[in-house]
Amino acid sequence: MINLLATVAHASSSGDAFEPPTIGEFFPNAVLFQGTIFEMNRIMMIRMLIVVLLIVIFSLWAGSFKKAYKTGKVVPSRFQLMGEISLNFVRNSIAHEQLGKKDGDRFLPLLTTIFFIVLGMNITGIIPTLNIAGTSVIGLPLVLALAAYVTFIYAGVKKHGLGFFKNSLFPAGVPVAFYILVTPIEFLSTFILRPVTLALRLMMNMIAGHLLLVLCFSATQFFFTSSLVEGAMRLFGGGTFLFGFAFTLFEILVAFLQAYVFTLLTTVYIQLAMADEH
Amino acid sequence: MIDSIVLAAAEAENPLLPKIPDLVWSSVVFVILLTFFWVKVLPNFKKTLDARTEAIEGRLAEAERIQAEVATQTADIAKAQENSRAEASAIREQARAEGVAILAELKEQASVEAARITATAKQQIEAERQAALVSLRAEVGSLAIDLASAVVGASLANDKVAGKVVDDFLAELEAGDKAGKKK
Repeated sequence: MINLLATVAHASSSGDAFEPPTIGEFFPNAVLFQGTIFEMNRIMMIRMLIVVLLIVIFSLWAGSFKKAYKTGKVVPSRFQLMGEISLNFVRNSIAHEQLGKKDGDRFLPLLTTIFFIVLGMNITGIIPTLNIAGTSVIGLPLVLALAAYVTFIYAGVKKHGLGFFKNSLFPAGVPVAFYILVTPIEFLSTFILRPVTLALRLMMNMIAGHLLLVLCFSATQFFFTSSLVEGAMRLFGGGTFLFGFAFTLFEILVAFLQAYVFTLLTTVYIQLAMADEH
Repeated sequence: MIDSIVLAAAEAENPLLPKIPDLVWSSVVFVILLTFFWVKVLPNFKKTLDARTEAIEGRLAEAERIQAEVATQTADIAKAQENSRAEASAIREQARAEGVAILAELKEQASVEAARITATAKQQIEAERQAALVSLRAEVGSLAIDLASAVVGASLANDKVAGKVVDDFLAELEAGDKAGKKK
């Protein structure tokens, strides 16, 4: 099928031809404030929409929390319970699990923010009419990775002072001669690769997911409607549609998984930075 | 086709290089939401959880207090029961002892009474025996006199000696009578 698609893609340049998705998908035309640093395209608008949605939902939840403790109502309502489950997922399963109660609560604002930004922005990839993840352009993953980077260095320096850099670059228990080898590796892995992999893992997952979905559904459209396809060949469209459907479900999983992984790794980096011995 | 995608990418945009507006909006998103979660959502969330923990712990403490109270009360009741049981058995014991004492006393009294009655009866019998003896003696006297008169009467006129014997006899009887009366 790939061969066929490729041939067809190369074969024709007319409107009927199959057009494979390109990286240009992630750089749509500007819509607002062209030429300024506040230039907005579709993806930026999707991000702002998600910000608004997150603020609305969590404001309602915060309101129900406030009402609960003001009235002293111990049993949560169903709506409040949903908010508690969401926030407790980050709090208990990620923060407290890795950092313990005290430090977990210290870094909870950052971790919660990262988790719900990533989740909210990822999920737009499969929402009809939005159809692209807010995290599929490097900016947001990069900003979040930088926040994680700054935070884990802050956590380490706050706990060990400059000893944090010594601990990280010159791990205890290694013969001195090996530091020639170990120190550059540690430097690279801790201070360069960590933020880079955080950002790239997220962005590439979202890019790949989007391209897969576009590929499946544009192929479906091509097989069903193009004049270049004849007879039984149109049945391929059913296959590509099923693929697209399956990948849509898969993308929901990926959206959650990447949010979890990003948040968990940030937590682990903070935990490693604060650990007494490496 | 993969080649064509990569080629297209190389021609168009490099997805790894961030653009300024992208970074600006990403930072806006991050700062807004971080502030929002930090200032508004999480403090309320934490307060709710704390209030709930407090309420649950308060209720547990209350339950424990009540349980302890009940345990004390139960112990008190058991002690009181034990006390009353001991008291009851003491009373029973005392009653039994008293009963024995009363019985002994009654037996004592009864035997004293019996002894007294026996003594009285003996005295009465003795008195009656005395009375019978006296009256018998009188009777015997008169009978003897009668007999003697009958015997003596036949020879009285004839024999003066016989008359003297009777006199002596009567005198003797009188003396006996006098002695009996004195007695």
